Amino acid sequence: MAKLIFEMSRPGRTAYSLPPCDTATDLRDRKTAGQTGSDGKGAQEDVACSLIPERFRRKKDAELPEVSEVDVIRHFTELSRMNHGVDNGFYPLGSCTMKYNPKVNEDIAALEGFRAVHPYQADETAQGCIQILYEMDRMLKEITGMDRFSLQPAAGAHGELAGLMIIKAYHDYRGDTGRTKIIVPDSAHGTNPASAAMAGFEAIEVKSDERGGVDLKALKAAVGPDTAGLMLTNPNTLGLFDENIKEIARIVHDAGGLLYYDGANANAIMGICRPGDMGFDVVHLNLHKTFSTPHGGGGPGSGPVGVKKALEPFLPTPLAEFDGKQYRLDHDRPLSIGRVRSFYGNFGVILRAYAYIRTMGPDGLRKVSENAVLNANYLMHRLKDHFDLPYDRTCMHEFVLSYGKHKETGIRTLDIAKRLLDFGFHPPTVYFPLIVNEALMIEPTETESLETMDLFADTLISIAEEAEKDPEKVKSAPHRTYVSRLDEVKAARNPVLVHMD
Amino acid sequence: MYRYIPNTREDQEKMLSVIGVGSIEELFSDIPEDLRLNRDPELPAGMPEPELTAHMRSIASKNVSTADHPCFLGAGAYDHYIPSVVGHVISRSEFYTSYTPYQPEISQGMLQAIFEYQTMICRLTGMDVSNASMYDGATALAEAALMAVRSTGRDRVLVSRGVHPQYREVLKTYAANAGIEIVEIGISCGTTDHDELLAALSGLESSGQSNMDAGTAVPGAVAASKATGGTATGFTTTGGTVTSDMATVGTVTDRTAKGAGTAAVIMQSPNFFGVIEDMEAATALAHEHGTLSVACVDPISLAVIQPPGEYGADIAAGDGQPLGNPLNYGGPHLGFLAAKQNLVRKMPGRIVGQTTDSEGRRGFVLTLQAREQHIRREKAVSNICSNQALNALAATVYLSVMGKQGLKQAAELCLSKSHYAYSKLLETGKFEKVHDAPFFREFVVRAVDEPVEEINRRLLDRGIIGGLALERHYPEMNNCWLVAVTEKRTRQEIDAFVEAAVRGGR
Amino acid sequence: MGILEGVKFTKEHEWAREEGGKVYIGISDYAQNALGDIVYVELPAAGKKVKAGDAISVVESVKTASDIYSPVSGTVIEVNDALEDSPELLNEDPYENYIAVIDPENLSELDKLMDEKEYREFCSEEE
Repeated sequence: MAKLIFEMSRPGRTAYSLPPCDTATDLRDRKTAGQTGSDGKGAQEDVACSLIPERFRRKKDAELPEVSEVDVIRHFTELSRMNHGVDNGFYPLGSCTMKYNPKVNEDIAALEGFRAVHPYQADETAQGCIQILYEMDRMLKEITGMDRFSLQPAAGAHGELAGLMIIKAYHDYRGDTGRTKIIVPDSAHGTNPASAAMAGFEAIEVKSDERGGVDLKALKAAVGPDTAGLMLTNPNTLGLFDENIKEIARIVHDAGGLLYYDGANANAIMGICRPGDMGFDVVHLNLHKTFSTPHGGGGPGSGPVGVKKALEPFLPTPLAEFDGKQYRLDHDRPLSIGRVRSFYGNFGVILRAYAYIRTMGPDGLRKVSENAVLNANYLMHRLKDHFDLPYDRTCMHEFVLSYGKHKETGIRTLDIAKRLLDFGFHPPTVYFPLIVNEALMIEPTETESLETMDLFADTLISIAEEAEKDPEKVKSAPHRTYVSRLDEVKAARNPVLVHMD
Repeated sequence: MYRYIPNTREDQEKMLSVIGVGSIEELFSDIPEDLRLNRDPELPAGMPEPELTAHMRSIASKNVSTADHPCFLGAGAYDHYIPSVVGHVISRSEFYTSYTPYQPEISQGMLQAIFEYQTMICRLTGMDVSNASMYDGATALAEAALMAVRSTGRDRVLVSRGVHPQYREVLKTYAANAGIEIVEIGISCGTTDHDELLAALSGLESSGQSNMDAGTAVPGAVAASKATGGTATGFTTTGGTVTSDMATVGTVTDRTAKGAGTAAVIMQSPNFFGVIEDMEAATALAHEHGTLSVACVDPISLAVIQPPGEYGADIAAGDGQPLGNPLNYGGPHLGFLAAKQNLVRKMPGRIVGQTTDSEGRRGFVLTLQAREQHIRREKAVSNICSNQALNALAATVYLSVMGKQGLKQAAELCLSKSHYAYSKLLETGKFEKVHDAPFFREFVVRAVDEPVEEINRRLLDRGIIGGLALERHYPEMNNCWLVAVTEKRTRQEIDAFVEAAVRGGR
Repeated sequence: MGILEGVKFTKEHEWAREEGGKVYIGISDYAQNALGDIVYVELPAAGKKVKAGDAISVVESVKTASDIYSPVSGTVIEVNDALEDSPELLNEDPYENYIAVIDPENLSELDKLMDEKEYREFCSEEE
């Protein structure tokens, strides 16, 4: 158990280094502050006090830790060792595309010419940054078959929200104000219905058919004059490509609705097919999934949103433009939904994704998707005889198993997942999608080798066997981690969300 | 050939035979033939690493960097010193290559760091609870407004024009789609006009009581706004539908069900002009009218300025970039969001809680998840999924390094240096006072002789990044200049800045 | 599963019991079992007017949240405050621990609900 940084604190210890106050004397002369301390610091404090009226001043210091620089480094290094990342080992977390994060992209993002640019600098002084935004827009357009991208959304769910606001703005602009419903398949990510609600729509769920795709009958029954659009992930969260996509697009378009593409699973289709050609009107991509930028322990991500021509006026403001000589940001976009965050998006993330696309090139991106799909199908075949495979067909970049028929041992998917931790693997996504009982959602990505996948498959199979022979061992897993299974009920019943000394 | 793809031809053959298909192509047979691209995308050819690095360096070199240009630009993103330690910690790939800590047993590092982050944010702001971070300050503030609407069941939010213009734009975008009415409160002498605020609060209240007649205009607020040159923007209500300055936003659905009245008063301190607002009085005013108080605050300033918890704010939000995060041309930064205990279950985003493992050892987990989209779907308090964990980690390391004394010293340096620059500029006679109010780190002056754009150009020629021309954001503030001075600026740099700001030197 | 006599049930697994003209509402044993460890109960405000079928409360476990619908129209006149600090009471004895008490507009709305036997059958079909 690691100490908290607060528990290491000792009054008087410091880790900071600041320049001296070289402006105090003059100010004191001007402001005629109170008593001057004999040391420089005293003088400085006097100045500070004199510059803020008493009633606005903080009365009691914020109790931040007092530690040395060595303490800080040791503490956070210890914490890092209690954390598992892609660099530590296989991370087949379905729907999250935990591929390798190229190191050169980190070096590029650290260049002072990018990292230390202020977002309010004049366009003439940020030509390199705007060039990245402009070229990224063009490259993403080509990859997805859309007409224009905004790079402003900070994450996938944020892209969804922006995209749905665009759909709303489009309908409203045309005076088509009765379109209040967004159709979402029951296999969708939770963010889809949540984003729909946040954009002021009502989310309507449609069932999946027995092949795991959208049930066309249910879809036909659901669409109508109140349909604003349909949100779809394709391949969907079962890792299956919806073969009826053209028919789905026709049904929604005929009803006057628009099609929204959740790009969470775009790693399966790069260079192979494009949402724009499938009939989608709005698309978001997750640069932190498909385009290899690190997930950072939960963020930052980046969720650019792309649209077809008719929707372009509604994209968030500003957009990057190029007149052949100069790059500039266009703020004059009267029909825009407005801003969805400050400035231009998570530029540092966009930059890494840009470097990735420039590294891979067109053929490389296609190879990414081909190998992602090959790896997933291979792993599925290695495992399908040992677990239930609810949808037994060729998968795309991920697949979903079920560990649903083990009532006699009482072992659940969660136990299998926890036992995997003992062997140095991050478990797959569990209990999602909701339409599969005791689901295990596995996405190996293209950056994993045959040997890694074989080792993972062998381990998972041996855990399944162990679950039959020695269920207690599995139920009480993990055994080799920093902490054993944590009491989530206690955490939620009596929330302790801050440290009290 | 592709260094991030380990499969060899041999590997592929082996895999295909296990799968039982003849080619990779066959795996894509579910995709209708006429939807296939059947060509390479038109993208530039891939680059080997040395070429890529050179290419990226050449693009980077087209930017003017604050690394070698003293920066006097702030306005929501600040050039503070980032201790070396911060970069080293967040470069640990156990942190940056991990995902959201869904499996707590192998994510204790990030979970504990976020728990420490939440604690530090609470101690800085004086609030009871904090989430694990938001995308940025603007979205944190918009979510704070939604939180207030959710908790009060009211659908009107008052926001000061002293709040960052971009934050207000984001707020309007979010509000328009959620059927929330935004009313702006004008500025008087650099701070939020409390008379106007009072008028808006009581005006809105009385119209709220007569209520339900959604067409009722808001006389107090609108009139007061006009009087001070502010705009009671956003929305005017007519016959139950809401139109706005953004042309196409939708109608307010089910107004009556949401109830009337004001959900929150949103103010920023130090405000966009760097001026310290009387938050205590504003909060008291809000509370007198049964309205929540939302404070948008700067984390560095909180070392010396009264924190939201001390004046009784219900929600505190802001941008955490000044805490050890590079400017990054505007992102990634992080937003922080903290609240009083009673609002915790209305709070969006991830929250980390302390618990014990099966052997009684302390550990940390994501908790109160029933608020979130992956469980509540369309009923979730927000759609947010990602936080800005790595940026929150940077903030945690920064605050650990600076500590109790360091943060205060940094804040005092900002105060001292910005006031020095202010006095020096005024001394030249080429700039005049705009507000006469206490400020932190940032201030407004008006250039007397020439356009501020001209001054900024001259500064740039001398290798200095000047302040923000305010007129674009506040049309009434003609030729006003917003100047930020952090602890990084030396007296020499400030003197050079002042000298170059005056045509022909002094 | 333990189901009490004289108690009515909904398809959403709420129970309702009339007592002195007032209607007590809670969740069934089946429901608490399906939810698992209950960590939080969001209680309605006393005085709130509800229609039959309105969500009046949310019962949360670690990984799920379930809306509780009022089986009758009326006014919430009392809530079980003990659940605020001890949500686990719903796990321990779901029939002893009600969530809210409604002053009903029309008691006959209860007639539409299932009796114990019907509910028992309904649950076995759900399994």
